[in-house]
Amino acid sequence: MLRRLYQEQPETFEFTPANLEWARAQITKYPVGRQASAIIPLLFRAQEQEGWLTKPAIEYVADMLDMAYIRALEVATFYFMFHLTPVGSVAHLQICGTTPCMLRGSEDLIAVCKRKISAHPHELSLDGKLSWEEVECLGACSNAPMAQIGKDYFEDLSEESLETLIDELTAGKTPRPGSRIGRFSSERAGEQVALLDTKGDREEFNATTALAVSIGDAFKRIDGTEVPLRAPWQTSGQRGPIGVMGTERPKSAVQQAAAAKAEPKPAGNSPVDRTGVTKQQAVVADKGKPEAVLAVASGGTAMAAAGQTVAPPPEEQPNGGGQRPEGLAAPRDEKPDDLKIIEGIGPVLEARLHAWGIFHFDQIAAWGPEQVLFADENVPGFKGRCTRDKWVAQAKIIVEEGIDRFLERAKTNDY
Amino acid sequence: MSNLRTIIIDGREVEVDPNLTILQACEQAGIEVPRFCYHERLSIAGNCRMCLVEVLGGPPKPTASCGMQVKDLRPGPENAPPVIKTNSPMVKKAREGVMEFLLINHPLDCPICDQGGECDLQDQAMAYGVDFSRYREAKRASDNLNLGPLVSTQMTRCISCTRCVRFTTEVAGITQMGQTGRGEDAEITSYLNMTLDSNLQGNIVDLCPVGALTSKPYAFTARPWELSKTESIDVMDALGSNIRVDTKGREVMRILPRNNDAVNEEWISDKTRYIWDGLRRQRLDVPYIREGGKLRKASWGEALAAAAKAMTGKKVLGLVGDLAPVEAAFSLKRLIEELGGSVECRTDGARLPAGNRSAYVGNAAISDIDHAKRIVLIGTNPRDEAPVLNARIRKAWGNGAKITLVGPEADLTYDYIPAGQDRAALAALLDQAEATEGALVIVGQGAISEADGEAVIAHAMALAEKLGGKYLVLHTAAGRVGAMDVGAVTEGGLAAAVQGVEVIYNLGADEIEIKPASEGGPFVIYQGSHGDRGAMRADIILPAAAYTEENGLFVNTEGRPQLALRAGFAPGEAKENWAILRALSAQLGAVQPWNDLAGLRRALVAAVPHLAQVDRVPDNGWSPVALRDMADAGFRPAIADFYFTNPIARASVVMAECSALHKARAAGASLAAE
Repeated sequence: MLRRLYQEQPETFEFTPANLEWARAQITKYPVGRQASAIIPLLFRAQEQEGWLTKPAIEYVADMLDMAYIRALEVATFYFMFHLTPVGSVAHLQICGTTPCMLRGSEDLIAVCKRKISAHPHELSLDGKLSWEEVECLGACSNAPMAQIGKDYFEDLSEESLETLIDELTAGKTPRPGSRIGRFSSERAGEQVALLDTKGDREEFNATTALAVSIGDAFKRIDGTEVPLRAPWQTSGQRGPIGVMGTERPKSAVQQAAAAKAEPKPAGNSPVDRTGVTKQQAVVADKGKPEAVLAVASGGTAMAAAGQTVAPPPEEQPNGGGQRPEGLAAPRDEKPDDLKIIEGIGPVLEARLHAWGIFHFDQIAAWGPEQVLFADENVPGFKGRCTRDKWVAQAKIIVEEGIDRFLERAKTNDY
Repeated sequence: MSNLRTIIIDGREVEVDPNLTILQACEQAGIEVPRFCYHERLSIAGNCRMCLVEVLGGPPKPTASCGMQVKDLRPGPENAPPVIKTNSPMVKKAREGVMEFLLINHPLDCPICDQGGECDLQDQAMAYGVDFSRYREAKRASDNLNLGPLVSTQMTRCISCTRCVRFTTEVAGITQMGQTGRGEDAEITSYLNMTLDSNLQGNIVDLCPVGALTSKPYAFTARPWELSKTESIDVMDALGSNIRVDTKGREVMRILPRNNDAVNEEWISDKTRYIWDGLRRQRLDVPYIREGGKLRKASWGEALAAAAKAMTGKKVLGLVGDLAPVEAAFSLKRLIEELGGSVECRTDGARLPAGNRSAYVGNAAISDIDHAKRIVLIGTNPRDEAPVLNARIRKAWGNGAKITLVGPEADLTYDYIPAGQDRAALAALLDQAEATEGALVIVGQGAISEADGEAVIAHAMALAEKLGGKYLVLHTAAGRVGAMDVGAVTEGGLAAAVQGVEVIYNLGADEIEIKPASEGGPFVIYQGSHGDRGAMRADIILPAAAYTEENGLFVNTEGRPQLALRAGFAPGEAKENWAILRALSAQLGAVQPWNDLAGLRRALVAAVPHLAQVDRVPDNGWSPVALRDMADAGFRPAIADFYFTNPIARASVVMAECSALHKARAAGASLAAE
């Protein structure tokens, strides 16, 4: 398909203030002088805002990224996902035509589009509200045939349901995305025959559908105010929680429900790091570690806090040689150091160290070869991490020169 | 170098620099690898796939040799050198396959294609292709582009090598061209069908390996095998680009660049390339004598006698024009000085200090730009004054050189630090200068053509000295350095030279206003090739050969003497410059002591020995001009219109079109800005 700029172009383009802020944040992902790398996300946001990619939009984005216009045009014409022709004012239907959908009847859907919208793809319907095109596989083959409208998938379509969908769109309604035959996601259609103990224990909608329902108007042009701006990389130099740029993304109904179910246990005396955020939260937001990690971490600290005698858990008989470092029953002043500052120690290892009674940098700094050998042999995961990551040397620097100086040196692994 | 890697190409063991690509290594070994997209002066694209070779031990598929470096080759078992094959069955089959793909959409219109006979695709299809195609479907056709009056397009012939895109982006520094779309619909376009805004665009005609981009003025006029090729030197600017003049009969049909890494690499400017239609128009082909205010045709004998009569016993001034070869300047100087007159070559008023070659040429070579880390441009717009040299500065900029411009700001195709427009800025720059590595000061004619020119030169030289760098004068006239070398100057410059002059012998100086005869101006004898301003004012016209029509020596802006060879004969009764002067000397009763050009050159070399060293840049030493105060005016550009700098260009229709388009574009841009 020959892709060129549309013959009629609007005069100007400008990002909405929210989109502009978003776009500027995207540019900061890349090193100075390499801002042109942000071309695709910016062009796509421009398209989401206008529905299609106009010449002023391409030039606007090129100007923003300090690129020659032709370079931006090259990108815009290369990717079929950029619409260079106007799309329907309400919605642009992208019918998947790849083999699974084709076998399940996407040709009939395309016939419906030809009949009800326009005879050719990328043409507006007579009322200007709709347009359609056939696209390559959208990855929802289990729910074939399907279509993407806006950012949402409409699955298990039939001629009738697509016609209804088109009528609803034309009438200004907001149809709910997801399966048209009542499937939750891509499970077997019809009666549930497996995992019967979870029967009836299900949300009404899957997460994407629920999000669309919570947003309400799923077809509106993106102006950047839909979700708060998140640009975690802008603060990645600091050890802090993510999402500093904006508030937390609003949770969908499903997420809220899930959150309510898995209400975090009271933090107790769980360690507070320098950012003032409880560790559980930080871990969840930060790395998305499996829950098992959390359990070990909180379990370890809980044991320590309870003042029990510290002994290696029964399943963990010490391996190999070395001498187990002497531990404390509890952190001094009930304030353990954040051992994770040491490169190579993560939440799991920190929990293990807590279990051994190691809470402070000076404890690690005082280790001799025997203790290092013990740690090498007995930390979870693969062996030798204490030596390889130079925990003792790192801890000595922290003790002797302070954390700030250490963090400075750690940037270049200078220890 | 000890860091060489041994590889085996086609059974021959060769040692190469590991940073070379396989293709370059093959070239060093003397093995030809066909290619379309690869060009040694452009970035590597790797999209034509014609250079596929077999790498033993590598992946079991052909490798694009243009993109793979020797250092990335894996050694064989027991550290045996990597083995490359360019003549194996796999390579043969791969080349045949690529050729078949390339020819799928390529029209079979060689008989009506201007590239025919010098087409890479044609040649390589013959050498590496097969005589059939399995493609039976409809072919793709593309819309042609309008790139302006110089480059004609037939985009259906395009094989998407993107050489033109890379050249315009990387070397010429313009951003109009690109490749849009993808797959079968990929097309080379200029943004919104803009015409190309570059005075180097003609080079994409040479770069295009097929007939997609061809020369518009040359279209359908000649086939390459019927042209006589003469290697010569360009005179459109002072760079002295090496060119090849192609002639059919006595007509120059086209001008192409020759490779000379020290001067023009392999680029030439559009003025150099497309000037040839100016060689056919407005030519002076017979002598004229002005009688009763009107010029009438005359015979040579008549005209020479009249000229000799007019000159005898008068105060004569010889003016050496911008396009005059060294021999003519030398001969004229002899002739006039024997009559007791004086000669002057600095017709634009440039205050080039006579006799001090380190001041009027400098001590830098053009190739020094490549390694420069800091370049200071003073009162010059190299993009207009020497576009190919400007591309070189751009290349240095691309390699990290910092460029400072003192003088009128202009789009030079690279970023520079504007240091100010006037002489005070230059003085301030000199005050703050600190020694840096690889500094180069380039001073333009615009900066030194006013009354304080020598002071500007002094400051520029002092700046070069303080920066610990070199100094180069960027001339605009091809004949200027040569004329300065032979000493065709008058103490005090042009202003002093014209004082009380009764007769002016004008050797092709058309950029100068001579007081009209009605206001008591001098008697003017004009010797030149074109009926331009000089001839208009002349009382006697002696028709002479243009630069493609006589052998001549030209010294370029870095002081490199180069030989221009005759490609064709002058029209009508026009004669070579040196011959006219010698004939005139006979009429004046002081026959010059040579009978042919060789004799003249012997005398010339005896007087100016370094001119014998053709294609070498002599060491000019370093004798700075004494610092003195400059005036406080701003610098002015030396060239008002790139396309109209000499009589040949003013006679050219193509140059006029380019100029008009350039002006329209500039006007459009300023309109859009408002």
